Amino acid sequence: MAKRKEDLQQEFIKGLWRDNPVFVQVLGMCPMLAVTNSAVNALAMGAATFFVLVGSSFLVSSLRRWIPKQVRISTYIIIIATFVTVTDFTLEALVPKIHKELGAFIPLIVVNCMILGRQEAFASRNSVRMAVMDALGMAAGFLFALLSLGAVREILGEGKLFGVSLFGPNFEPWVIMILPPGGFLTLGLILLFFSWIKQRKQRLEQRLAQLESEAR
Amino acid sequence: MNELLWIFVSALLINNFVLSYFLGLCPFLGVSGRLDTAFRLGLATIFVMLITALCSWFLNTYVLIYAPYLRLISFIVVIASTVQFIEMVIKKLSPALFKALGIFLPLITTNCAILGLAIFATNRGYGLVEGLVFALGAGAGFTLALVLMAGIREEVELSDVPVLLRGTAMNLIIAGILSMAFMGFAGLFSST
Repeated sequence: MAKRKEDLQQEFIKGLWRDNPVFVQVLGMCPMLAVTNSAVNALAMGAATFFVLVGSSFLVSSLRRWIPKQVRISTYIIIIATFVTVTDFTLEALVPKIHKELGAFIPLIVVNCMILGRQEAFASRNSVRMAVMDALGMAAGFLFALLSLGAVREILGEGKLFGVSLFGPNFEPWVIMILPPGGFLTLGLILLFFSWIKQRKQRLEQRLAQLESEAR
Repeated sequence: MNELLWIFVSALLINNFVLSYFLGLCPFLGVSGRLDTAFRLGLATIFVMLITALCSWFLNTYVLIYAPYLRLISFIVVIASTVQFIEMVIKKLSPALFKALGIFLPLITTNCAILGLAIFATNRGYGLVEGLVFALGAGAGFTLALVLMAGIREEVELSDVPVLLRGTAMNLIIAGILSMAFMGFAGLFSST
C-alpha cells in the first residue's frame, strides 16, 4: 500500500517539475503566451485549464473500456469540448470582466495539445485514480508556468503584481513586455534558463563520475 | 469593398494570427525547419481555413440559432469531418495535390488557428464574404510568418550559436523579434 501511495505522489510531482508541460515538453503554447499579460488573467486561464484537464481525464479514464479504438480521438475531443463549454459559461456568469478579457482563448482550450496529449498518453491506459493524479500534477505544472510567465510580464510591463503597484510612481514600465513580442521573449528566456540548469546538472554529474573514477 | 480590404490586411499583417494572437504556434515552431515544407503547410492551412469559414458560416446561420451552447462542439466536429472528407476526395481526384497537401491536412484541423478563426469570425459577426476574406488573410498571414521563420532558421542553422540557445529557446526569441517587426504595421491604417 505504501508503494501505491508513492506511485501516486510520483505521478503528481512529475507534472509539476520534471515533465512540466510547458517548460520541458513545450506543449500548450498558444494560451500560454496569449493570456499571460497579467497575473490575474494567467490565474484564470490556469484554473480553467485545471478544471477541464482533471474533469476530462477522470471521464476518459473511467470510460476507457467502452471507447472504441477507431474513434477514440474524436471521443476525447467531444469530452474535452463539453467541459470547456461548461467552463466558458461558468466564467461568463461568475467573472464577466475576466471572461471578456480572455475572450476567444477560453473556447480555445479545446485545442490545447497538452490536454489531448494527456488523454491519449495517460488517461486512456490507467486507472481512474492514477489518471486524476496525473491530471492534477500536469494542470498544476501548467498553472505554475502560466503564473510565472504572467508575473514576470506584469512586473516588468506595468510595475505591478496582481494589480498592486510594486515600485512606486517613478518606475518606467517596459510596455513591450505586455505586448505580444514580450511573451515570446520572456518564454524564450525562461526556456534558456531551464536548459542552463539542465546543463549545469549534467556537468556536475560528469564531474562527480570523474572524481569517483579518479578516487578508485 | 474598402471594408473587405481592411479585413484582409488586418488579418494578414496587423493582427497576424501567429505573431500577435499566438495562434498556431505548434506548427509555427515545429514545421518551420525547411522553407518548402513551410510553404506547403501554409498553402494547406489557407485551404482548410477557407473551408472552416464556409462551415462556420453555415452552422451559425442555419443550425446554431436554435442551440447556441453547442457552438464549440459542433464547430470542432463539423470542421474535422469536413476536412477528412475533402482529403479523401482530393486523394481520389488529384494525387499530385494530395501529395503536396495531404499529410498536413489532418494535422491542421486540430491547430488552434483554425478554431480560433471560426470563433473570431463568429464573435465579430462576419457574413459569408467577409468570413472568406478574413480566412484568406489569416491563412496568408500564417504562411507569411511561417515562411519568414523558416528562412531565418535555415540561415541560423549554418551559423555558430551557443549550445544552450539551440532549439526552442532561440526560435522563441527569433519569433519575438519578428513579432516586434510586425508591430510596425499597426500604423498602417491610422485613420481607422
